[in-house]
Amino acid sequence: MALKGNLRDFNATQLLNLIHLARKTGTLTVESRNGTAQLCFKDGKLIYAALDRQDGRLADVLIRAGKLRPEQLKAFEAAQIQDDKVLGLKLIEAGYVTQQDILASLRAQMLDVVYRLFAWNEGAFRFEPHLQPVQNRIPVPLDLENLIMEGARRLREIERLKEELPDLDIPVRLTSRPEAIRKVQLSAEEWRVISQINGRHTIEQIMRRLNMDEIQIRRIIYGLLQAGLIELGAPPPAAPPAGVPARGGGVSRSVVEKLINYFRGL
Amino acid sequence: MQAVKIVVTGPFASGKTQFIRTISEIEVVSTERRISTPGERAIKDQTTVAMDFGRITIDEGLVLYLFGTPGQRRFDFMWEILAEGMLGFIVMVDSTRPETFREARNILDTFRRYAQTPFVVAANKQDLEDAWDPEDIRIALRLDGRVKVLPCVATRRSSVKTVVLELLYSILEEMSAARE
Repeated sequence: MALKGNLRDFNATQLLNLIHLARKTGTLTVESRNGTAQLCFKDGKLIYAALDRQDGRLADVLIRAGKLRPEQLKAFEAAQIQDDKVLGLKLIEAGYVTQQDILASLRAQMLDVVYRLFAWNEGAFRFEPHLQPVQNRIPVPLDLENLIMEGARRLREIERLKEELPDLDIPVRLTSRPEAIRKVQLSAEEWRVISQINGRHTIEQIMRRLNMDEIQIRRIIYGLLQAGLIELGAPPPAAPPAGVPARGGGVSRSVVEKLINYFRGL
Repeated sequence: MQAVKIVVTGPFASGKTQFIRTISEIEVVSTERRISTPGERAIKDQTTVAMDFGRITIDEGLVLYLFGTPGQRRFDFMWEILAEGMLGFIVMVDSTRPETFREARNILDTFRRYAQTPFVVAANKQDLEDAWDPEDIRIALRLDGRVKVLPCVATRRSSVKTVVLELLYSILEEMSAARE
């Protein structure tokens, strides 16, 4: 089943969150007036990203990163090497680059594509599951938590933040994956917020305790939510109108069992 | 005669009226009006403005009422009235329209404030090609693993029956938990 939509309604940070939490494998393509981005994922990790005609070929990436000069490539052109792994090995053997140069350059190129994507407010996206990533490229697995946090930090539209988090009178709790927090590089402000999360304090209470403004707290909570580090609790109930029972009007267990039997027999 | 009530809520055009129609024993009493907004009219001609009302007679002493809420915010004054005394509620989501997921999340939060009754999410239109998987919808709606997000095709009686049954199981579980 393909995932389709528009960044206008479901932004890049949310998409990465979905891919991360569902541990998805496949290819995400986003087409907008800014260009076309293609990102490949394996088990919820980003392994490849390219924008427009820059298809993420190792030679181009190394030249753009200033790690390789075009004339150094000439020696390998006659061999017409298609596989980046083979090319990478030959460049290392020739002493032009190190393995560290290759990995760091590919990582930087992938981050650059994702950060550009974060700035796109609109664009049709499609996620095709189980597609093999682009052949002949070197996959560099990147955890998405840090990328998602960075995406949330870059979200500047206050209206969007309000839409995503309309209500601050909701308690927040840590997820049942404490190990996830250790993997994410959090800022001092984000740690301060984390330290206040106990499942009882509402977002508004945390904001007041830390003397933050609404924009700050919304951005941080939104980022932590998207990175899968925290969850929203149930909103506190509003007082029921006078004379109205809050739930079910005193319905007994036998009534519910009767309903179940009826529907089972349908 | 005892009457109990289940509310069916969700964003505009998520399939609430159809859901009730599929299972109600009476012709659903709808308060539909022609849509005047061009954007909404592109999706459907008529919309519920106050409520939909369906009924199922369980036996001579018990009747189940199904209330469908209007999907648009401008009619949300009806939501709290309809939520009064409900046994539980079903949140319908159009699985093919991610642009409505945010609204579904907000409606869900609003109803949880009205009453802390059990609820399930019905990921409707699962028969369509572009439907999102229910587990992806769970993440998009930020729902934890305990919330039931059920595949649904509101035009199919068996599918609607499963969703209602799952809600009733949740209600029974909550009653058992409250007793312990």
